[in-house]
Amino acid sequence: MDGLVAGVRNEIEARVVEILASQALCDAGSLTPETRLADLGIDSLGLAEVLFAIEERFDISVPFNANRPDEGAGAFSSVGAVCAAIEALVRNQKG
Amino acid sequence: MTGNPALRRVVITGAGSVNPLASDVPGTFAALAEGRVAIGALDLPDLDRLSIRIGAPVRGWQPDAYFTRQEQALYDRAVQFAVVAARQAVTQSALVLGSDEGFQAGVVLGTGGGGSTTTDEAYRAVYAEGRSRVHPFTVPRLMPNAAAAHLAMNHGLRGPSFTVSTACASSNHAMGLAFQMVRSGAAPVMLTGGAEATLSFGGIKAWEGLRVLSPDGCRPFCASRNGLVQGEGAAIFVFEERDRAVGRGAPILAEVVGFAMTSDAADIVLPDPEGARRAMAGALVDAGLPPDTVGYVNAHGTGTTANDRSESLAIRAVFGPNPPPVSATKSMHGHLLGAAGAVELWAVLLALGEGVIAPTAGWRAPDPECGLDVVPNVARRAGVEVALSNAFGFGGMNACLALRKA
Repeated sequence: MDGLVAGVRNEIEARVVEILASQALCDAGSLTPETRLADLGIDSLGLAEVLFAIEERFDISVPFNANRPDEGAGAFSSVGAVCAAIEALVRNQKG
Repeated sequence: MTGNPALRRVVITGAGSVNPLASDVPGTFAALAEGRVAIGALDLPDLDRLSIRIGAPVRGWQPDAYFTRQEQALYDRAVQFAVVAARQAVTQSALVLGSDEGFQAGVVLGTGGGGSTTTDEAYRAVYAEGRSRVHPFTVPRLMPNAAAAHLAMNHGLRGPSFTVSTACASSNHAMGLAFQMVRSGAAPVMLTGGAEATLSFGGIKAWEGLRVLSPDGCRPFCASRNGLVQGEGAAIFVFEERDRAVGRGAPILAEVVGFAMTSDAADIVLPDPEGARRAMAGALVDAGLPPDTVGYVNAHGTGTTANDRSESLAIRAVFGPNPPPVSATKSMHGHLLGAAGAVELWAVLLALGEGVIAPTAGWRAPDPECGLDVVPNVARRAGVEVALSNAFGFGGMNACLALRKA
């Protein structure tokens, strides 16, 4: 059972990393949880595109207001933070 | 530029508006002076599929009260607002054009979305409802120059008529061009302003994607701000050569004295304070006035973090550490996008004509990164001789008007 949960989590993480890498025009293998979105050149407009792609991919709604970047689903500052926030949203909205 | 004898002085001799606060002149002034907020729950088809469900609509709009059946078939909602506002403005101005003048007078309007309600309804019909045809006047209703065309037809304006579209700066660009045309002698009279009606399902859905809309209200320059709120409506003004206006005894609401437009050439959505600063400074240079003559700035003040901080920086760069009072009336009537500058010119007329500075409503706590006197929540009496009106559009396009008490 734990293995199944971990597998789902890895699947979500893999898809999110894929989306971030595609936005940043880099290789998914080069991203680590610590990689910062700003260092990937993903600005506020880029983040809006990333969240759109994630919402479409997982059929979820990501509550994020660009005017209050630290509120809502979490601060989307690093690859790890985005993955964790999206895993939680998928669990809550699709669980 | 009053030093150049070749240039005419330009005054406003009529004003009209249909906006979320009121559908007439006295009502608009009263609401601005009261700090009344017209933002509230929206009622739209498929509202449950929107994450943002507030706006500042023109509530209870009754086209039957203003238009024949044939006119209604031709007029998009935005055009309806513009036509009614223009009737009010021309009536107040008591404008009558001589036969030759009609060939020189024109109309220049701003709009961001044009007939976007018409577009939304037609798309819904063919895509969502699977219908095979749309109304035969869909094209003349949705074209962005429709409002300007109907104003030209209704008021016999046979000179230069066109529409400019620079997103949220559209109507300031329009009014600035009208000002320049009257000032240069190209036209004795211009109708100008803007109209917008984008509070449709598609109009809001498109904005949702940028994640800059507030779910609960528009609080510009406030620490609690969380975005902009869309509004709709129109405001139309009669810009007239001053000697002509004085000669016929027309009411003079204010004098337009300066205009400048700049381009950030930086980012498609994020504002650059330097572009805004250059627009304000340029309008004052154009007017031949020093910054310390300005008693009021009507801010672009959208309630987004990006705009409010950038605009605050720009204002302090123009005026120094103690800028004049600044207010953002989008807190009351919402963001009218391409018509924003036109409706907000009402706050400038209120300040210059009545000595009342409209407040920034909904304001709760200062944002230390703004550091402006934003006339929070309650209007203020002040003798204002000169005022600036800012409008900054996506695309980094900025337009600032300077006006002087008549």
